[in-house]
Amino acid sequence: MALKPAEFKTDVHNDWCPGCGDFGIVNAIQMALADMGVQRDKTAIFSGIGCSGKTSHYINTYGVHTLHGRVLTFAQGAKIANPEMTIVAVGGDGDGLGIGAGHFVAAGRRNVNMTYIIFDNGVYGLTKGQASPTLKLGEKTKSLPSPNTNSNVNPIGLAIASGFTFVARGYSYDIRHLKDLIVQAVKHPGLSFLDVLQPCPTYNDLNTRDWYAGADLMDEAQKRHSRIYKLEETGYEPTVHYDSEIEINEKLSQALIKSLEWGNKIPIGVFYKNENTTPYTKRLQDKIPNYLENPPAKQNVSKNGHSNTDISKILDSLEV
Amino acid sequence: MSSVDFTWLIGGPQGSGVESGANIFSRVCAEMGYQIFGKREFYSNIKGEHSYFTVRIADKKIHSNVDDVNLMASFDAETIFRHYDEVVSGGGIIYDSDLDGIKTDAVHTLDAPFKERLHKELESKNKPFTIAGVLEIAKEKGVKLFPVSFKSILLTLSEETENPRLKGLIRMYNVIGVSLSLGLVKMPTDSLQKTIDNIFSNKPEIAKINQQTANYSYNYAAAKFENFDYTLPGTQKEPGTLLVQGFQGTALGKMACGCRLQPYYPITPASDESVFLESNEILEINGDRPGSTAVIQTEDEICAMGMTIGGALTGTRSATCTSGPGFALMTEMLGWAGINEVPIVITNYQRSGPSTGLPTRHGQDDLLFAVFAGHGDFPKIVYASGEIEESFYDTGNCFNYADTFQVPVIHLMDKFHASSVITCKRFDTEKISIDRGLLLDKVEDGYRRFEFTEDGISPRSRLGIDNGIFWDTGDESDETGHITEDPILRVKMMDKRMSRLELISKRIPNEEQAVSFGIEDYTIISWGSTIGPVKDALDMLKKEGISIGLIQLKLMHPFPADYVSSLLKDAKTIIDVEANHSGQLGKIFKQNISRDVDYFILKYSGRAMTSTEVYDALKKIVQNKAEKREVLMHGA
Repeated sequence: MALKPAEFKTDVHNDWCPGCGDFGIVNAIQMALADMGVQRDKTAIFSGIGCSGKTSHYINTYGVHTLHGRVLTFAQGAKIANPEMTIVAVGGDGDGLGIGAGHFVAAGRRNVNMTYIIFDNGVYGLTKGQASPTLKLGEKTKSLPSPNTNSNVNPIGLAIASGFTFVARGYSYDIRHLKDLIVQAVKHPGLSFLDVLQPCPTYNDLNTRDWYAGADLMDEAQKRHSRIYKLEETGYEPTVHYDSEIEINEKLSQALIKSLEWGNKIPIGVFYKNENTTPYTKRLQDKIPNYLENPPAKQNVSKNGHSNTDISKILDSLEV
Repeated sequence: MSSVDFTWLIGGPQGSGVESGANIFSRVCAEMGYQIFGKREFYSNIKGEHSYFTVRIADKKIHSNVDDVNLMASFDAETIFRHYDEVVSGGGIIYDSDLDGIKTDAVHTLDAPFKERLHKELESKNKPFTIAGVLEIAKEKGVKLFPVSFKSILLTLSEETENPRLKGLIRMYNVIGVSLSLGLVKMPTDSLQKTIDNIFSNKPEIAKINQQTANYSYNYAAAKFENFDYTLPGTQKEPGTLLVQGFQGTALGKMACGCRLQPYYPITPASDESVFLESNEILEINGDRPGSTAVIQTEDEICAMGMTIGGALTGTRSATCTSGPGFALMTEMLGWAGINEVPIVITNYQRSGPSTGLPTRHGQDDLLFAVFAGHGDFPKIVYASGEIEESFYDTGNCFNYADTFQVPVIHLMDKFHASSVITCKRFDTEKISIDRGLLLDKVEDGYRRFEFTEDGISPRSRLGIDNGIFWDTGDESDETGHITEDPILRVKMMDKRMSRLELISKRIPNEEQAVSFGIEDYTIISWGSTIGPVKDALDMLKKEGISIGLIQLKLMHPFPADYVSSLLKDAKTIIDVEANHSGQLGKIFKQNISRDVDYFILKYSGRAMTSTEVYDALKKIVQNKAEKREVLMHGA
């Protein structure tokens, strides 16, 4: 019987700051897991370090709170060893796009069937507000002594360039929309990436909830014009249907162009989706015929405490 | 019965077939029943720099190389310049007579410090700076010279076989060198034929050319070369003898003991193991469907380690394989595995450090680093294999230790293992036991992953089993795995984890912690690949009536202090033999046993230790002529 979102909550005290965007993301993950009817013990949340790293403790599935920038490495290892697990990796923007950028790119090339969600708020919260890789050049949030001297990385563009086969952006204050994106991402047969915009009420005084809502963009009738808009409402079509090189390039190009939109108009929704790229576990299956049916975690390695692996043919070949 | 102890050396530019030449030679000798200890030396280079292989052949078990070379097969000038003085009186040098006039300056790969030393030597003996010059020195020493024009061999061969291609095939030089050598020592020719067929079994064309070349060269040497004292007619072959390279020991051990995931990042000399595992990834399982080892090449060592841990969390026996610089990158995650009690095995094929040091050379440089690796206190095991044969069985033990104590295990190997080739008894999988410890298949409600138990080991769930949900965190945690900063719980958790060290000392049998080969007034402590040279040196001394004891340390951490102290209570003088600068074993020995090492025999030139130089150093010690630190230097 499918569980309710509340059953995916733990009773661990949540110590995020009041008003933190992380709450919306965790709620959306719990709703999505309930929606999909996943089994708690066939699901694992892997997290990195930082505020978002605590996510795994708040969700009532297997939870693995790993190291700064390394979440994808642990998560991929688990999925490769046990492909029947539903695996969601989460982490901050600093975690995934700063220290973890190399793993981010490599994961894109591998296309392991799992989901990676970045909690993107432009700052390092838990170390008191330093600039993260998504903060723009020259911006000065309140805890920075001087304006940011680095240019920002574009998470959507980087994911597309790295080979992620499902690339989307959500907003932590649009929980239902975010939940739908998570469901799509988890169901996607390959590596899915979700960049989730998320205000940090404590350290990021630029990209606030009001800023996303367009409080500074009021028209003459005193009407707010939200910066966030949904791609699907504009007729944008992210999906590769025919798997032709021409179509793939077309869809990648439009996604890259879309990824550059920022400022007064910020798109959320699915940028790119290609279900035709072979997932990594299938790539392994292609060279190890019974890998998916008998993956590493399912293999019995002993018989009555003795080796059951027959290496005699290899030994024969080494024998003189 | 005469006893055979013969060392053959082949050298040439990297990429010229030195290794395959040595492979043919070793296999032929092993086929003929001889015991082999072969070792490759090479620069960190793809093509052109000097590479050489020494193969020691005996009719009894041998464990190391010696300094002396009995026969050298060379087809380039550099090999002669670099190794002429290693050939003993009565030994021989097969060389390309077309090289006679080559000057040292014409060999651009001869580095300046070496050339300077060589020039000094030639000058002092009044010889020209040429191949002829060094060969004259060799000849005066009593070395027999066997000149042959490699080019004209190819030319004649090309005419005889009516194969014009052959005359330009200088990549046949290695086969010529090998076959001339075998003809010279009168090794029966049929095993040469058999070996070539075997090696080129899927390339009949190439096999044929090699056969023709081998035959011709073999007969050439047998007919034209005279007065060589050494013959290798073959000996009784022991049934069930393997010819294995070091990395194959651990790789086969991993397959046999159920390692099913090995993520790795390429690094010399460790990658060979992973490549071998991947080449044999589909496994036959007795009475069951086939299994497999998923070998994953990652973007860096950090990912390799993360994936290894991720795999272990699913209950899979998981390992990675690296060398010092790669291990350095893994240490952050080592602590994570430690605090989360994740069983993994890291095979570290050490090489010369610090930093990238001498990337393709020998060294036992990482002992202290392995023992102290990781920030904070957490339990781990550091285990060292001595010889290649034992590394197969030790690999199984390492996985059992990891599983039963739920700790990361660092299995120390090194470059000496990786690039040595030996004959040994066929590995016996019957001797590998598999103990997965408290790994659960079923979990009852109310499970707590880090439950406090009497012996400090909690039953282990794995990702994906019913009711087995746990949380892991690199932070301190409570019994369920959730973060805690409670001071009382913190102390309890630290004590729980660290109590593992005592348990490890208690539960691992003494003979797996340290091996005593006898205790005498003078007793050696040593570890890892240097054990081989030490054993052979002790044999040599024994023949002269000098008995020296030996303790081989295997469990390097936690250090078997009580056991080793009890073994050593009657030893008066302790000699530490190892391949690093600071005598790292001596340091942890003193730290744990509060006893000083009296002498150090150390080697850190990047070259493998030979039994000859260990013998020399030990003799000096016994004769009271040694320095506290005897530093060994042999090897080009």
